[in-house]
Amino acid sequence: MTGITEEATKDGARIGAPSIEGFTEEGESLSPTPVVTGPLGGAASKSHSHGGGYGIPDSSRAGRLTSYRLADFPELKGTEEEWRFTPLRRLGGLHKDALDGAAPAVVVEAPESVRVETVGRDDSRVGSAGIPEDRVSANAWAHFADATVVTIPAGAELEERISVNLTGAGLAASAQHVVIVAEEGARAVVVLNHEGQAVVSENVEIVVGDRADLTLVTLQEWTDDSIHVSSQQVKVGREAKIKHVSVSLGGSLVRLTPTVRFAEPGGEAQVFGLYFADAGQHLEHRTFVDHAQPNCISNVLFKGALQGKDAHTVWVGDVLIQKQAEGTDSYEKNQNLVLTDGCRADSVPNLEIETGLIAGAGHASATGRFDDEHLFYLMARGIPEDVARRLVVRGFLHEIIQKIGVPSIEEHLVEAVERELEAGDN
Amino acid sequence: MSTLEIKDLHVSIETEQGVKEILKGVTLTVKTGETHAIMGPNGSGKSTLASTIAGHPRYTVTSGTITLDGEDVLAMSVDERARAGLFLAMQYPVEVPGVTMTNFLRTAKTAIDGKAPAIRTWTKEVKEAMAQLRIDADFAQRNVNEGFSGGEKKRVEILQLELFKPKFAVLDETDSGLDVDALKVVSEGVNRAQAEGNMGTLLITHYTRILRYIKPEFVHVFVDGKIAEQGGPELADRLEEEGYDRYLAGAGSAVQASI
Repeated sequence: MTGITEEATKDGARIGAPSIEGFTEEGESLSPTPVVTGPLGGAASKSHSHGGGYGIPDSSRAGRLTSYRLADFPELKGTEEEWRFTPLRRLGGLHKDALDGAAPAVVVEAPESVRVETVGRDDSRVGSAGIPEDRVSANAWAHFADATVVTIPAGAELEERISVNLTGAGLAASAQHVVIVAEEGARAVVVLNHEGQAVVSENVEIVVGDRADLTLVTLQEWTDDSIHVSSQQVKVGREAKIKHVSVSLGGSLVRLTPTVRFAEPGGEAQVFGLYFADAGQHLEHRTFVDHAQPNCISNVLFKGALQGKDAHTVWVGDVLIQKQAEGTDSYEKNQNLVLTDGCRADSVPNLEIETGLIAGAGHASATGRFDDEHLFYLMARGIPEDVARRLVVRGFLHEIIQKIGVPSIEEHLVEAVERELEAGDN
Repeated sequence: MSTLEIKDLHVSIETEQGVKEILKGVTLTVKTGETHAIMGPNGSGKSTLASTIAGHPRYTVTSGTITLDGEDVLAMSVDERARAGLFLAMQYPVEVPGVTMTNFLRTAKTAIDGKAPAIRTWTKEVKEAMAQLRIDADFAQRNVNEGFSGGEKKRVEILQLELFKPKFAVLDETDSGLDVDALKVVSEGVNRAQAEGNMGTLLITHYTRILRYIKPEFVHVFVDGKIAEQGGPELADRLEEEGYDRYLAGAGSAVQASI
């Protein structure tokens, strides 16, 4: 990144305030920045930052404010970089109201060796993998009643998957907190099934212990009127592996922010996603992979299909390779397939690289249309229109489904995609 | 024995300048076992005829008929025409995202035959046909036409022709953009399909080059949306020497303006 900030990183310097009179991080300023009301002062400054932001300029992904306190986050206007694609009016108050509705009921199906607990906010595991990075997440933190903690004990290698079923029963705005801990050397598959009707802001903390290997699938199959904002933060231990798979199919508005942070060297993260937006749906996924440690590997792949009027999808992929993260190998890609007129797919890959000593870093984005010429080609080979359409979508999304590696979920998703396609035929 | 019969076909398209008539009364009969070459200058309506037979939505038939063994082709949807036995090798095959060649070929074959092909014999058949057309085996796992060169796309069209075994094949400028080697490979594929004796071919081309490898019994010269002249193979030889100029002189500016 730029060298400008080094001046601001002296011990005792307040981040965001000019350390030399007349200079800001943005460059020369004709008058000193007012500490409270200026763009870099007041609530928007990073003075409350507990993590990453120290010494890194505001434009960096790592420079984003993190705090457990709702009051530290300014009210949303919708023009903020991380909210600019999200229709705040459709958030059901998750960003401003007290989230005191009943949270979706949690039922965990797991083998006996897995510990399932309901704990209070003072439990040490709450807050062990992440600090809220935005106001909606902080609002959930401020309001959640209790947290579900699922612990896969050290060394356990589970064949049977763990299902965490979160079933909503109403549209009162609520807050949810889930912690998944895979202890050292544990290997498991955890599925978060989000179903029913809900307006919920959720924090999911995922701790992957040293040399653990965790697959976490988060399925969003809510009712059409549901609103779900979920911050999922993964902390990856030494030589540990995480495969995080987001599947968003149902809900009026779903906004998922999976974040992976390497806490120790040698970790590996695969972050996959699949979404299928119908008329009127807003499905947003923002991934962040923070290469804060050397010799880690990350691969991000999200694929989405869109059909129907005002179907809107957003993918923003941030990858940050910090100065000390030598030997990093990272790649991120998003592909969208637009099936009908009236859809909108936003796709923004962001890559920040602070060291040249890496194995690889790449990003790609492509949004294609299934248009009349494709249809004509397939039909001219005898394939009926509905079969042709399905052939294309199935093939496109299958790449993600195949990567999940859990046959029962794969079958379930193939069926779910078929249902989406049938809905589109009507 | 099948018959594809085109009678007094008039076809128009919509352009920004309004409706434009491209075919102005084409009559043509092709029978099983026959190869007809349709030649003519650019813009004479050759490709319009090909796309109209296949049912491309851009083209509107304003009058005339197309029948296949007496059945009204114009009343059929695009996929019904293919299942009835018509095949169009396209001039510009599109790339289809998300669908592998293997999946596509099997799906199309199933649709055309009304039942899934036996897996073992089908896989073998596909492999052999690909080898004969010098298509790399790894193309089977790639998405339909995605990243294929122009020549590869044309070979894949002929691959489908050989596998789907249509009653009538319409080859829309299959030779354009091919080098000599590819032209030979592609022509051999068409000749193999024709040699089985159950297919009629409508070969649309601008150049006489492909006629060294595929021998038509009938040659029709298109000018300004109509057949200006027809005859046997000797007509192609004459075009080779004289070009299309003598037709254009008569047609005047109308040809230049057409698509």
